[in-house]
Amino acid sequence: MTEQRLMGRLFTPRALITALLLVLLAALPLIAQAMGDRYILSVGTRIVIWAIAAVSLNMILGYGGLVSFGHAAFIGIGGYAVGILSANEISSGWIQWPVALFAATLWAALVAALSLRTRGVYFIMITLAFAQLVYYLGSGLEAYGGDDGLNISRSRFAGLIDLRDKAAFHWLCFALLCATLWFCGRFAHSPFGHVLRGAKSNESRMAALGFPVFRYRLVACLIAGAFGGLSGILLANEGAYISPAMMSWVKSGDLIVMVVLGGIGVRFGPLYGALAFFVLEESLKPGLDLLHKGWGEYWQLVFGPLLVIIALYAKGGIAALLGFRHE
Amino acid sequence: MSELLATDRLVKRFGGLLATDNVSIDVQHGEIHALIGPNGAGKTTLVSQLTGGLAPDAGTIRFLGRDITRLPTHARVRLGLARSFQITSVLRDFSALENVALAQQAHRGHSFRFLADVRRDTNRTEAARRGLAAVGLDARASTRASALSHGEQRQLEIAMALGGEPRLLLLDEPMAGMGPEESQRMVALLRGLKQRCGMLLIEHDMEAVFALADRITVLVYGRAIFTGTPDEIRRHPEVRQAYLGEES
Repeated sequence: MTEQRLMGRLFTPRALITALLLVLLAALPLIAQAMGDRYILSVGTRIVIWAIAAVSLNMILGYGGLVSFGHAAFIGIGGYAVGILSANEISSGWIQWPVALFAATLWAALVAALSLRTRGVYFIMITLAFAQLVYYLGSGLEAYGGDDGLNISRSRFAGLIDLRDKAAFHWLCFALLCATLWFCGRFAHSPFGHVLRGAKSNESRMAALGFPVFRYRLVACLIAGAFGGLSGILLANEGAYISPAMMSWVKSGDLIVMVVLGGIGVRFGPLYGALAFFVLEESLKPGLDLLHKGWGEYWQLVFGPLLVIIALYAKGGIAALLGFRHE
Repeated sequence: MSELLATDRLVKRFGGLLATDNVSIDVQHGEIHALIGPNGAGKTTLVSQLTGGLAPDAGTIRFLGRDITRLPTHARVRLGLARSFQITSVLRDFSALENVALAQQAHRGHSFRFLADVRRDTNRTEAARRGLAAVGLDARASTRASALSHGEQRQLEIAMALGGEPRLLLLDEPMAGMGPEESQRMVALLRGLKQRCGMLLIEHDMEAVFALADRITVLVYGRAIFTGTPDEIRRHPEVRQAYLGEES
């Protein structure tokens, strides 16, 4: 590649916007400090964490065409693994995090092994049913707060990083988001990623070519489950709190919205989606309250139609508007 | 000649319908064996059993001397049994080149590699380019498969089927929907590939069948009523009545 072409690729509007976005997210702790606004940092950290979850969903939804309506279960399992260990005086992150990742991956294996035998709407329903199972299990765990959830202490990485430090925690989440995005980019153009995308395009053809499609999809689900679990670990640590709400079907739906809104099957799509989702939520609420006291509660009445408009008229989501092509 | 594929009294029932009725056919190395018969004769049902899409109720399928009756599709493909589809089946969202590259990738062991970049793999690209050239599609390498003409898509299918260096190619109506010119090009293409792999050809275009086939089997109501050379088929009274008479 000549230098000129490389420069041409780096300085497209979309690359600049993406870079600006990442710089903004990285600098958020400093911005929040300068503004004396701690809330904005907390929102920013949650955006980063949900973006990791949305990127992980995009790996199977965007590249695999597998519409999982139970992705929040991985977040819940990751979070609850941390919370339950923490409540039992096992506070070391070196133990909590691997256990949580393992649990989420194991759950992914179980769900995928069964749900991947179905197609279309049945796949959606089965993944939803499995996620609801975990949700009600969480609600029933009275020892760990039941419906009300549970305050936990944050994971400890003695001497390395203090997760109670909001800025340090944000940077950790940001670094993990970058790692997730990096992996997703490599994954999309790897031999594995091409098989997965080929199966999305034409499953029977891929089988006829000699690819055991089921195995490839299963492994993709394991990977997505692990990254989903990671976001759950981070979410539990962000608020020092776990509750069944983090894995309700509404959250699974939100994740699909983030992916579709941002741009399905595009690496940075879910990041745009997560950002737009939270920015809209955070601005519609006070915006509507300003119009009329109490209207803020009904922000979804505006958000819903907005999504319909985007689904109808902006195919490919925000990424398409920025000129990203479906990879 | 050596035997590539042989079925032994294959049976498939759909409820009360006997779709495959004790069919025993074989394909030899270097041979094009055509399967003809009226619509509903059970040609596609037979092919589906050969590829592993349908499980037979009785009988066996041997490929390269090995019993493959119960092997799943992908395992059969690995052994060298490739197919093209009756309805054009390519990866529409991928370039012609990538279609062939994936077909070849299927035979290079597993693809559980998550970090390698296929775009920088020049060996992969070159091999795919050669595969496209073999069917005369090299000029269309970067065109999306969905943007290719019907005839070109059928050519691409052949290139994909050849991607795994198959020993036997199952061709399910490769001329379907083609104009006379495209048909002729396909006939020439298939004839040129004969020494690379044996073929089981299902085709309605009689001109193409008689131009290509070394042997022809006539399938009627699930039964193989006759197998012979094109000349024998032309002369056979039962075949004329059952099939050729109906067509003309």
